[in-house]
Amino acid sequence: MSRLVPVPSNSFIPERDADKTPILETHHLGIDFGGLTAVSEFNLTMGRTEITGLIGPNGAGKTTVFNLLTNVYKPSRGTILLDGVDTAGKSAAQLCRMGIARTFQNIRLFKDMTVIENVLVGLHHEMDYTLAESILRLPRYWRGEKIARNRAYELLGIFHMEDMADKLAGSLPYGAQRRLEILRALATNPSLLLLDEPAAGMNPSETAELMENIRRIRDTFGIAILLIEHDMNLVMGICEGIAVLNYGKIIAKGTPDEIRSNPEVIEAYLGKRKGG
Amino acid sequence: MDKVKTGGAVYRRLPTGLRYLINTALFALFLITITALADNRVISYSDSKVLMLIAVNIILAVSLNVATGYLGQLPLGHAGFMAVGAYTSALFMRSASAYPGQLMFPLGLILGGLVAALFGLVIGIPALRLKGDYLAIITLGFSEIIRVVILNIDSVLGFKLTFGAASLKNIPTTTTVFNAFLWAGIVCFIIHAMMKSRHGRAILSIRDNEIASESCGISTTFYKTLGFCASAFFAGIAGGLYAGYLGILSPGSFGFMKSIEILVMVVLGGMGSMLGSIIAAVALTALPELLRAFSDYRMVVYSLVLIAMMIFRPEGLMGSYDFSLGGLLERLLNRKSAPLIKEDES
Repeated sequence: MSRLVPVPSNSFIPERDADKTPILETHHLGIDFGGLTAVSEFNLTMGRTEITGLIGPNGAGKTTVFNLLTNVYKPSRGTILLDGVDTAGKSAAQLCRMGIARTFQNIRLFKDMTVIENVLVGLHHEMDYTLAESILRLPRYWRGEKIARNRAYELLGIFHMEDMADKLAGSLPYGAQRRLEILRALATNPSLLLLDEPAAGMNPSETAELMENIRRIRDTFGIAILLIEHDMNLVMGICEGIAVLNYGKIIAKGTPDEIRSNPEVIEAYLGKRKGG
Repeated sequence: MDKVKTGGAVYRRLPTGLRYLINTALFALFLITITALADNRVISYSDSKVLMLIAVNIILAVSLNVATGYLGQLPLGHAGFMAVGAYTSALFMRSASAYPGQLMFPLGLILGGLVAALFGLVIGIPALRLKGDYLAIITLGFSEIIRVVILNIDSVLGFKLTFGAASLKNIPTTTTVFNAFLWAGIVCFIIHAMMKSRHGRAILSIRDNEIASESCGISTTFYKTLGFCASAFFAGIAGGLYAGYLGILSPGSFGFMKSIEILVMVVLGGMGSMLGSIIAAVALTALPELLRAFSDYRMVVYSLVLIAMMIFRPEGLMGSYDFSLGGLLERLLNRKSAPLIKEDES
């Protein structure tokens, strides 16, 4: 595991990414729902190939942060820089094309489409033929479809799901649905991948495999991964940096070891020691 | 024979060119047969009129299926787009009557389709911001506006354009069994080709999960509008064929009940199944004619059939299954010659 080094914006990223622009920078990010402040003063910097964990008790605002990063919610305050570019005012679809892809806490697959079609939707912008070209079945259509299909099989190969390609996505077992959602996100060719509880509902051996795969995805694609997870084995095992969120605020940031021994984190999870 | 490797399993596949060739040949054969039968009066004149109506209804059903079955919206104003297409192409045909009708007719149809698509765009942009019941109501409202405008525009503005309730007469009756089914075939192919492309998958993904679709980089507003306009475009073409079939148009034939009639075909056939829409369009057009002998009980039987359907097969005749002749042949092929893999029945 690499060392974390400070970057100008008062944050830490892995040493190997230090000389490049951080893939994600948020400054004073916050959102209010009516009178309720769901997230405030959220400052995070991520290196280009970093795996970061976002943890915190239930209702701490973790998924809200994801929705802010993908512009599902409009931030009330603060800025988000993706690869140095401000993402304010962009639609979720535009953001996806700029390089953010995500999965959802409650799986959102295209249930009535086949597994391969799900991945092909993610590859939508890899194909460039027009509507007229597809209706007239011109060579560009066939070429685009063929390349995309091969790419889709390659992606399915990451999780060894090639032989499920023609099954309906809704008919897959739970774990496979989660994996497919990750593949669909990867298909959009992201530079930052947001995973919302990727290990939810998986048994320990599946989780161990997922951990291995997340690391492998980072290594082969050279992307940054931000993940929300409750499984501490997974978080402590693969994350280089961890941010702990409680009541919408970051209460601690650092390496897994620092987080493990941080008294504030322990208090957030376990409560205060009586009379201590 | 192509052998395609998909994840360790080997299928024998028909070359794509051959698939298209077989389908085209069969469609051509069907067209020639049905035209010959109609021309030689094997099929009576009145029956050939029913055949034309069947073709028109097939186009209407498959076009509405784009908006309901594929895009997952529930517009109730399909008759409005049909009316726009019908009147546009009828007016065009009347003014172009100096030229040979069979040459001008395709132009008139496409013009009708384009104007209908334009209306689809204008109505779709505000309407598609709504969902479910609200979309149904607003599209219903728009189609009634279209009908009422056609009914009254002459007397209000002093035109002699649509002739309102007095009907638009003397439209060249250029629709034949041949060109009606030819256009039905073309429309079905275009829709099929559109759906089996990245654009079609984008439309389907919106139906399944709009939020996920947006997060996959699909511009959902664009594709919803595209699907809606395509639906309106083909309804316009159906309207043009209908005008050429009847020779006389009155706004009364494009009321609310017409929209419902088309919707029933789509629901009965199974949302999202083109084959289902076609079968239901044929059945629901032919059934009332076949039951004419029992004219007293006609509507009773018709409604009983619908009720029985809703009870025993609420997902529609075909569900979301779509037929592919090539796929069927491939299955036979893989079965007959010692199968290279076990057939996957799921």
